[in-house]
Amino acid sequence: MSIKGTKINPTRFDKSQIKFYLVLIPVALFMVLPIIYIFCNAFKPLDELFMFPPRFFVQKPTLKNFQELLRTASSTGVPMSRYLFNSIVISIVMVVLTIFICATTGYALSKKQFKLKKRLLAINQMALMFVMVAVAIPRYLVVVKLGLNNNFLVHIIPYLAVPVGLFLTKQFIDQVPNEVIEAAKIDGANDFRILIHIIIPLIKPALATVAILTFQSTWGATEASNTYIQDETLKSFAFYLSTLTSVQNSIAGAGMSAAAGLIMFLPNLIIFIIMQSRVMSTMSHSGIK
Amino acid sequence: MFGKIKLTDLKQKFKNGSFKDALAVFLLLLPYSVLFSLFIAIPVALAITLSLTYFNLIQFPEYKGLLNYVTIITQDSVFLRYVLPNTLKYALIVGPGGYILSFILAWMLAQIQKTPRTILALIIYSPSMVGGVFTGVVWRTLFSGDSQGYLNGLFIKWGLIDRPIQFLQSPDYLMTIMIIVSLWSSMGIGFLAMLAGILNVDEELYEAAYIDGLKNKFQEIVHITVPSMKPQMLFGAVMSIVGTFNSGGIGVALSGSNPTPQYSGQVIINHIEDFGFIRYEMGYAAAVSVVLLFIIWGFSKLAYALFSERD
Repeated sequence: MSIKGTKINPTRFDKSQIKFYLVLIPVALFMVLPIIYIFCNAFKPLDELFMFPPRFFVQKPTLKNFQELLRTASSTGVPMSRYLFNSIVISIVMVVLTIFICATTGYALSKKQFKLKKRLLAINQMALMFVMVAVAIPRYLVVVKLGLNNNFLVHIIPYLAVPVGLFLTKQFIDQVPNEVIEAAKIDGANDFRILIHIIIPLIKPALATVAILTFQSTWGATEASNTYIQDETLKSFAFYLSTLTSVQNSIAGAGMSAAAGLIMFLPNLIIFIIMQSRVMSTMSHSGIK
Repeated sequence: MFGKIKLTDLKQKFKNGSFKDALAVFLLLLPYSVLFSLFIAIPVALAITLSLTYFNLIQFPEYKGLLNYVTIITQDSVFLRYVLPNTLKYALIVGPGGYILSFILAWMLAQIQKTPRTILALIIYSPSMVGGVFTGVVWRTLFSGDSQGYLNGLFIKWGLIDRPIQFLQSPDYLMTIMIIVSLWSSMGIGFLAMLAGILNVDEELYEAAYIDGLKNKFQEIVHITVPSMKPQMLFGAVMSIVGTFNSGGIGVALSGSNPTPQYSGQVIINHIEDFGFIRYEMGYAAAVSVVLLFIIWGFSKLAYALFSERD
């Protein structure tokens, strides 16, 4: 007797798949409608935003909300471009440094033999369940003690150690055959060269995944700007946009906050679409044994 | 004789460059270890230490023993009446509920062809990319009680209600909305991991099992799919626990105030912020943090007990 109906990962359409579509399509609609709604709101002119009853789709799309967003300086007179510049710099530095740290640490934890290895792996695995907000206060004290308060670096340094990123990278490096590394050693390559010329090219999918996850959390981060930074010119774009959106009743706020939400969401979406196959191949090695 | 062996062993080690190797390991591990200690390990240790003190950020912490914990259990009526029940209700529905939901969705996605699967998976994953702050923005516009509120507008148009409902300010609705919103944004990397896990199960296992008398899809899940992807199930479980507690602040983002209206959406994270950053009772806030860490640890233990392949 063979498998009834269709099997996992089918190549052809079969009537038995219809029942799955009947569940998946409504769920997908529930997931996507709020996003489409915000998308539409971002392009709605003022009269449509306040039309009663509200309409879902936009009738006469306009870029006015985005122009408004660009023109508005924060109440302290810092132009939007400054926040945007900050966030771009922070995101690039974060992504590059996180990738580097995950690759070096992951390489040592995966391919090197040393005494504490098992224990370090266990600690990192335990830290996967680390919930940052739970220890926000002691973290705040550490940051102040290190003199990072009101310092641009506070956007970066406290967020570089990401147990999940390291875990995914390490799992992926485990797949690299030891023979490749041994062969390189015989040819006289040192660890640095092995890392740059062998490991990193082979684990690109994992690093791409780490890059995406880091970008997503950095691009939308407001915590550092909220708690550690007082100087308005050092704050992040996400923070600036979140201040706009918290002004609930202002008439201009509604359109601008939708536009802001879209600006925060789109880069994440685009990068993910480009990299999605790499993410999926990393995820197949994500298991905790 | 033993000494001799050891000596040659040592010489060998030096020749093989194992001292250089040790240095390399040290250097490779250094950056992560330092950052991990400073911003993860020390804060956790500090939370435990501070939880035994009275500390207001100005004076030096004063040792109080277990007083803060005693206060949580006996005096803090807000914690016992609202925060703890809310947290448990929220965590149990969003955590295990969201987890089971993401498994079911991932499993169904694996049953369809590649192109529609990729599109649907992308759509289901996308809310988790909206990001904390803007998740609040999106849903605030939908549930808003003023003329912009889409749901209110819709309900009035259909004649279901004649006055807008203040969804986000009403204790009757806030928790339900928080749960819906959190489930909406919970299909993150745990969901992707499980999808990848299901797709990677060896097809021959299924065929062999059907020959052995497997009867339906449900048996297939219980006997083949889940046991073959336990590691991914565990990863997904840990991610869903972390995600649940990280997104706990959504109540404040939705209602726009901490404490939330009549504490209806108050979960443990908000309680910590309330005492720590609003009242500056750091010692007490730290004790509540430790309670939270224990709850998270308990949930993770459960996940490990269910899915770990180690005995």
